[in-house]
Amino acid sequence: MLKNDDISLNQHIFTVGELTKHIKDLLRSDEKLNNIFVKGEISNLTKPSSGHTYFTLKDEESQIKCSLFKRLSENLKFELEHGLKIIVIGKIDVYEPYGYYNIVVEDVQPDGLGALNLAFMQLKNKLEKEGLFSKEHKKSLPKFPKTIAIITSPTGAVIQDIKNVLRRRYPLVKVLIIPTPVQGKEATPNIVNSIKIANKTPNIDLIILARGGGSLEDLWCFNEESVARAIFDSKIPIISAIGHETDFTIADFVADKRAETPSVAAEISVPDIKEIIFNLSYLLKKSSRLIRIILEKNKIPLKQALNRPVFRRPYDKINSYSIKVDDLNSSLSKNFKRYTENRKKVLEKVHDKLDILNPKSVLKRGYSIVVKDNKTVKDSVNLKVEEDISIILFKGKIDAKIKRVVEDKNGI
Amino acid sequence: MVFEKNLEKIEEIVRDLEEGGLPLNKSVEKFEEGVKLIKECYKEIENAELKVETIVKDNSDVINETNKK
Repeated sequence: MLKNDDISLNQHIFTVGELTKHIKDLLRSDEKLNNIFVKGEISNLTKPSSGHTYFTLKDEESQIKCSLFKRLSENLKFELEHGLKIIVIGKIDVYEPYGYYNIVVEDVQPDGLGALNLAFMQLKNKLEKEGLFSKEHKKSLPKFPKTIAIITSPTGAVIQDIKNVLRRRYPLVKVLIIPTPVQGKEATPNIVNSIKIANKTPNIDLIILARGGGSLEDLWCFNEESVARAIFDSKIPIISAIGHETDFTIADFVADKRAETPSVAAEISVPDIKEIIFNLSYLLKKSSRLIRIILEKNKIPLKQALNRPVFRRPYDKINSYSIKVDDLNSSLSKNFKRYTENRKKVLEKVHDKLDILNPKSVLKRGYSIVVKDNKTVKDSVNLKVEEDISIILFKGKIDAKIKRVVEDKNGI
Repeated sequence: MVFEKNLEKIEEIVRDLEEGGLPLNKSVEKFEEGVKLIKECYKEIENAELKVETIVKDNSDVINETNKK
């Protein structure tokens, strides 16, 4: 029996959970265990309703649990079955609730298809981890390419197919063929070189890397790392079109766009001239309609101006003015009449006053004026007997001689 | 090739007309320019013929050989 005394005070005591977590951290931190290729045979295969797949990978000596998550199990190109020999790619992880380690599977390939398959898988895995396939590195294709470089064999159906499609679809483009062997030992360095030449040639805005169908061995140059890197390094976007629809090469994964066949590559590389013609006629119609609307719109202020009363009934204003003029006229003449009448009355009064002062009116009443030496005589003091005087009457005049002068010192 | 530039310009002109912020004389000017460009594009399409050139690799010297078809 273990006694408490046997445990030194400094000894750390794990809980089971802590221990499992420690083992898990240890396994996870090991670089080798994070990217493993393991071959073996499937046993204990289960596919619960969760969609994940669990199995044991075993050989004569040992076995290890494997888990395949739903997304990956659905995308496998072949069915997993008991006894099947496979190569598993993945990483070691610990499942804490049960405290066992297992392989979390990232990819599965059937074993026994030879070294090329394994090499393919290993390179794909490596480049994928490096990010050569990632979306952010994909260059967008030009909408209206002017010159397309075609890297392919100058003889054979592929180049003819591409030219035919381009001629029919977008004859405005210029094709620059870079003749390149796409099979055999010399293919790999030639493809790399052709991609470099295209990048050095001015005004190329798209590259099509194409090859017809063939065996895995025939297409092998497109699974070479140097070709993959040349595609990745290209400044010009590349469409890959290698083999048939079912063939996937490393070049396809790195290329900015994969086409199922060379003809499809030509299709997607250019716009359709028919669509452009259709669009042009649409734009022509649209701009004609728009200019008509603009012209109509510009007529509106003019119409509005013409609708204003001054244009619509030009005499209204004049009439209203002429009425006012008439009004003014009549009030003016009224005022004038009143004014002249007033003046007349004033004049009459003045006239009456003047009348009173008029000597004639005095004469009329029987008074006379005595004149001597053209001066009216108002006093007898300066008069002398026998002097001539004139007496002016209301009617007529008397010349007389003074007989006697009587002075009146007090006046009248 | 000015083809794609013309296409862009045409689209731009139609956009301008659509927004309708331009004075009348400018609008008419734009419209006429658009029609002219559309005609030019049509003409270019009618006369288009696929040009094919082949690069001849000769001691890494690049020579362009034209074989119009």
